[in-house]
Order: sequence, then structure tokens, then C-alpha cells
Amino acid sequence: MVDATPRAERDIPPAEVPELELYHPKSWWTTYVFSQDAKVIAIQYSGTAVAIGLVALVLSWLMRLQLGFPGTFDFITPEAYYQFITMHGMIMVIYLLTALFLGGFGNYLIPLMVGARDMVFPYVNMLSFWIYLLAVLVLAASFFAPGGPTGAGWTLYPPQAILGGTPGGQDWGIILMLVSLILFIIGFTMGGLNYAVTVIQGRTRGMTLMRMPLTVWGIFTATVMALLAFPALFVACVMMLFDRVLGTSFFMPALVEMGEQLSYGGGSPILFQHLFWFFGHPEVYIVALPAFGIVSDLISTHARKNIFGYRMMVWAIVIIGALSFIVWAHHMYVSGMHPWFGFFFATTTLIIAVPTAIKVYNWVLTLWRGDIHLTVPMLFALAFIVTFVNGGLTGLFLGNVVVDVPLSDTMFVVAHFHMVMGVAPIMVIFGAIYHWYPKITGRMLEDWMGQFHFWVTFVGSYAIFFPMHYVGLVGVPRRYPEIGEAAFMTAPVDNLNAFISVAALIVGFAQMVFLFNLVWSLRFGKEAGPNPWRATSLEWQTPTTPPPHGNWGDERPVVYRWAYDYSVPGAPEDFIPQNDPWPEKVAARPA
Amino acid sequence: MSVILVFLAVVIGFSFWWLFHQKVMEKPWLEHGVHTALPETDVSGMPTAKVALAVFLAVVGSLFALFASAYFMRMDYSDWQAPPLPRILWVNTAILILASVALSCAVRAAREQRRKMTRLALVTAGLATVVFLAGQVTAWRDLAAGGHYLDMNPANGFFYLMTGVHGLHILGGLVALGRTTVKAWDDNVAAEQLRLGVELCAAYWHFLLLVWLGVFVLLAGWAGDLLALCRQILT
Repeated sequence: MVDATPRAERDIPPAEVPELELYHPKSWWTTYVFSQDAKVIAIQYSGTAVAIGLVALVLSWLMRLQLGFPGTFDFITPEAYYQFITMHGMIMVIYLLTALFLGGFGNYLIPLMVGARDMVFPYVNMLSFWIYLLAVLVLAASFFAPGGPTGAGWTLYPPQAILGGTPGGQDWGIILMLVSLILFIIGFTMGGLNYAVTVIQGRTRGMTLMRMPLTVWGIFTATVMALLAFPALFVACVMMLFDRVLGTSFFMPALVEMGEQLSYGGGSPILFQHLFWFFGHPEVYIVALPAFGIVSDLISTHARKNIFGYRMMVWAIVIIGALSFIVWAHHMYVSGMHPWFGFFFATTTLIIAVPTAIKVYNWVLTLWRGDIHLTVPMLFALAFIVTFVNGGLTGLFLGNVVVDVPLSDTMFVVAHFHMVMGVAPIMVIFGAIYHWYPKITGRMLEDWMGQFHFWVTFVGSYAIFFPMHYVGLVGVPRRYPEIGEAAFMTAPVDNLNAFISVAALIVGFAQMVFLFNLVWSLRFGKEAGPNPWRATSLEWQTPTTPPPHGNWGDERPVVYRWAYDYSVPGAPEDFIPQNDPWPEKVAARPA
Repeated sequence: MSVILVFLAVVIGFSFWWLFHQKVMEKPWLEHGVHTALPETDVSGMPTAKVALAVFLAVVGSLFALFASAYFMRMDYSDWQAPPLPRILWVNTAILILASVALSCAVRAAREQRRKMTRLALVTAGLATVVFLAGQVTAWRDLAAGGHYLDMNPANGFFYLMTGVHGLHILGGLVALGRTTVKAWDDNVAAEQLRLGVELCAAYWHFLLLVWLGVFVLLAGWAGDLLALCRQILT
């Protein structure tokens, strides 16, 4: 027990946090469209991210159709295939996952969970969304530009990204992609400043850092990382844009194309790879850390048990964030780097497995002898743990130089990063939507549709990505639209490819059930009440559901405890909200 | 990539220092039922705008550290040919220092609530900054007149790019400075509010001056010597 001396009334410090001057919208437009309310902005962010994500989903179907049944679909030319692969990757990683976790969940949950009325700079927050929307529109415009979108691969490696042989290289595709990324980064920086500073400055009385739910910790750390890592992508994009439009040679070496000497000379493609991956690796954790945080809260709530090793969880998040900046070159083992560099980066990569493993142990120990409710959010959270362990284990393979070199550029790598960075965070996103939808709308999502959605998605994604490991191990390279005759393309491999494609189509269609559920439950879902999961954190204690602009009515909540007081012996219920002073009631509140 | 790593080490070091001052060693799971009074807040008393500016400057610093990293990596190649340093950059540097000094005076005047002095200092800083930007454009024209175009050599590219990005940041700062200057003429604006605005501008200018000095050292080609010196000290 810590110091239990009661504080005398006169010792109570005055509220040091000044009230935020909220902008009061006057018209429908400023309430729902040009809104400065973080919750509306969150829904705008999420809606846009899901919309562009659906485009990426369709692109993945087209790719799988080509890989599973090569030669059947005439319209999927090799050029089109490269365009699909590029846009699928870029949209999913940046415009869907990053935007949804930070712009969507960050905006909705941070102010509510720390007891703030809104983000600290609501106007900048609004601008952030509109610039993000502009970035998405510029990206989508490249589908309609002459020559189509860029087909450079999501890593956009020069020199091929801006040469004539690559789709969009000498057309508009690559220009629109780079402009869109630059806009995204500007928009994100505006939002990110808000998320980080709201956590630092906007917390309510009693909400110390060590009482924050892990969701906030995850999103906060990821935001700080993103603020520091996105400039690397910004620099890379600006320099490549200069190369493409103004003819500089930052990344472009002297080249001969189609027998003609190009005017480029002296640039370094490896420099781009360093800049790109200096952003690219932290990006993995920018997506993973919010997922780690959210899943901790889901598990604790639905297993009615406090999170095991809270302090260790916080430190693991922070340390993973710091370490992720010194592992970037493990994406470049085959770029001809010095073996000592490879050794260094393999070591740091394996070290990062330690805090990650600590998190997995703590989730499992939280479940141990918990009162596990197999609700839909819990199912998705459990699926995340399993999937993340799977993807993480293949990461240990690929982190070693000697194993990575032969496996690099095979489907094994595709299977690895889809497991760890595709399926796992998406599982958390689904779980989080099922969990917080009642707070956002006031109604529950339909349970049987949720169960159906979960099982098809979970089993289906394993049907897609497990066989893909094997396909990669036997030597099938990635990025090839059609392989044709090769020693490793035996009948079983062909059959597996067809099987994977069918599974991908089924999983894709199951998402339509989810989207239907989102719309259907808005009207016909069961009334949720303020706190359907009987959770402790502040967002469930709002006076009205869904929370209005300003969140808290007359007075902001006061926090007396951490977010994980489940099943406390002697308590009247099996959870104690963070703003409940149990067992002793506060007699009078100073004004 | 050593420049950005050093920069990040500083930022991460500062973050850990800050975290350690936030009671992160508390054990929240042991805090059951000891509260008979309202808990205090541990949010700092610093104005939110200042915290936000600090975070933003970390982002800007990261951006320029990355440019510097790229510059160093590219510099090692044998075909590197740095363009001659336009003389006017010396004048520009002096003018930017003048702007920073003027803003320091403005902060002092605003703290002592001397409105007239504040106005004078703000206008001086603004004018000096505009002259600085004009000087940078002149430097570009000098280079171009000497036949050192953007696409001739990566070194030229870096010169235009880094001065350009720095100039854009100054331009953005001028918007904020303009708004603060307007406030200084408005008697309805409280002294506290004006002081905060002036302090924010001054911090931004000092930081960009620092960045400019770094960029200047790079472009003048002393960075190589500096690096060699560092290596010598280390070995």
C-alpha cells in the first residue's frame, strides 16, 4: 500500500488546467462537416480511411485472381498488376492503418480517455482531416490520370520508380503519389501535434501518466514516433519529386535507357532506401503500438481482470518505440551493405523481440484465470495475440541476415508482413470497432453478424497466409505477375495459389457483412446504455451516450484510480470506474 | 545517418528525462481506496502553446537532421562538386541574427509591458527577416548567374533544396509574427497574451537561426573538416 494519509481539505490544490474555450458551431455545416469536435473528426477520418481501404481490398482481389489463375483475366496485364500491388500496399499501410489508428481512434479516444473536453487545438485538428482527405483524393486521382497510378512497388525505389519502363514513371502516376504522400505528412503532423500535446497537457485532475489506459499510451507513443519518422519520408518524397520534375540527381545514377544516355548522373539509390526505411520501420510500430494498447484494454475488460504488469507494459511500449529507430536497415540486407552493418542491425532487430515478448506474456497472464467473456471484441483480441505471435516468429527468421538473404523477395516475406502488420492490426481494428461502437452510436452491433464476421475473417486469413509461407519457402518470388515454367512451380504450388485466391475472395466478401452490420445496427441495433461492457475507463462514464461536443457536461471528471480495477475484492461491483472514489466518498468538492 | 541518430538520441534522452519526472515509477495497482480528497493534477503549468511549439520544433529539427544526413551520405561520393558559396550568405546570416536579437528585445519589452518598445522590436525583426529572404533569393540568382543550376550536380540540388525548405519555414513563421505584430497594436489584447505570442515567435526564430547556422556550415563545406576533426578525436 502506498501512503494512505488523508489529505486535509486546505491542501487541495486548485485546478491548474484552464478550461478549453470550445468553438460552438452554429450551423449544420460547422457541426457535421467542418467540425472542430474531435469525435466528428474521428468519424470523418475513419470513414475516409475505410473507403480508400475498400479500394485497396478490391486491388488485392485482382492481384490474387492473377496469381491464382494466371492467364485467365486478360485485363490484368503485368503493368496493371504492378499498379495494383503498389496502390494496395501504399493505401493499406499509410492511408488506412496509420490514418485509422491515429486519426480515427486517436481522435475519438484520447480526449475521452484522459478526461479532456476536446483536443487542445481543435481548429488545427480540423485542418488535419481536410488535408488528409485532399491527400486521399490526389491518390485516388492517379487512377484516372493518363498512364494510370504508379507501379513502382509500395517502396517506390528509384531509379525504376521514375523511369519510363515503370507504369506511371514518366506519366502522372508517380508525381501524384509523391504529392499525396507529402500532403498526408503535412496533415498528419497537424493532427499528431494535437494527439501528443493533448496527452501531455489536456489530462484531467488525477489522471497521472501511470493511470492512463494503455490505449492512450500506445497511441501517444506511436504519435511521437510518427512525428519524428514521417519527416524521413517527407525528405525522400521531396527529393524524388525534384528528380522527377526538375531533373536533379539526388537518387538517380547515370543510366542508359533504351540505348539512350539519360541526363541523370551521380545520384544514389541507396540513399533513398536509407531514408525510406528510416521512416518505414518505425511505421511498422506506429501501426503496432496503438494495436498493442487497444488490445490490452480489450483483454482486461472482457476477462474482468486487471492488466498484468501495467508498468512493464508501459515501459515495453516506450522502449519498443525508441528501439524501432535503430533497426531500419534490416529491410536492406540484400542492398549490398557491409556485413558488419548487417550484424549490427540483426542484433538490434532481435533485441526488439524482448519487450515485444514481454507484452505477449503479460496478455496471456492477464487471461490466466480471468473471467473470460467470449464477446466479439474479445474474440478479435485473442485472434490478434495468436496472429501477432505467428507473424513475430517468422520475423525472427527474417531478422537474421543468413536466413533473410535466400528468403528475401519470396512470398515468405509477403506472408510474414501480412501476418504481423496486416492481419494482426486489422483484427484489433475490428475488435475496437465492436468494442466502442456502442459508445459512438448508442447501439450494439448485431452479435450473430459479428460472430460470423469474426470466424470467416480469422479462419480465412490463416487460409490465405499460412500456405503462403510454404509457397515462399519452395522459392516462389514475390512481385511477379506470372511465373510460368519453373522448377518450383509444381502442381501442389499451383493448387495452393488457387486455394489462397479463393480464400482471399471469401474473406473479402465477409467484410461486406461487417459493413452492413455497421449501417444496420445504427438503426436496428440493441440499445447499448452508457456502459454495456461494464468498463472502468473514462469514456464509458460520460453523462450522455453518445457523448456530445465537450464530452462531460458541466464538470470534467476527477480520476481516483487506474483504468484496470476489475474484480476488486469487496467492491460492490466487479469493476470500479476511474472516477469513482470508492471506498470513501468525497464529502464536498471545492468549486 | 549519424546526424539524425544523434538528433534522435537527444530527443529520446529528453523524453526519458521527462518521463522520469512524471511519477512513472508509481504502482497504480496498489492505490486502492486511499483517497479522501481530490487528487491533484500533474499536468505542467506551462502554456499549452509552448509545449506544442516544442514538439513542432522537434519535428522540424528531425526534418533538417535528415537533410543533413542525406547530405553527408552523398558527400562521400567521388564526383561531389560543391558550388561556390555566394558571398551574400554572410550578410544574410548577420541579418537573421539581427532578427533574432530584435525578437529577444521584444520578449524583454513584452515582459516589462512596454508596448512601444515591443512594437518597434517586432517590426524590426519582421523587416530583417524579409530582407533575409530577399537575400536568399539573391544568393540563388548569383548561383544561377554563375552557371550553377539546380540539376547540374547533387551538391547544387542540396543547396537549393535546403535553403528553400529553410526559407519556407521562415515564411511560415512570418505569418505568425505578422499576427503577433497586429496584436501588439491592438490595445484590447492583454499583456499576458501578447507576451506569450512574442515568446513563441522568439523561440521559433532562435531555433530557425540555429538550423540556418547548421545549414550554412554544411553548405560552406566546413562540415567535412568538422567531421574529420570528430573522427580524429574519437580515434
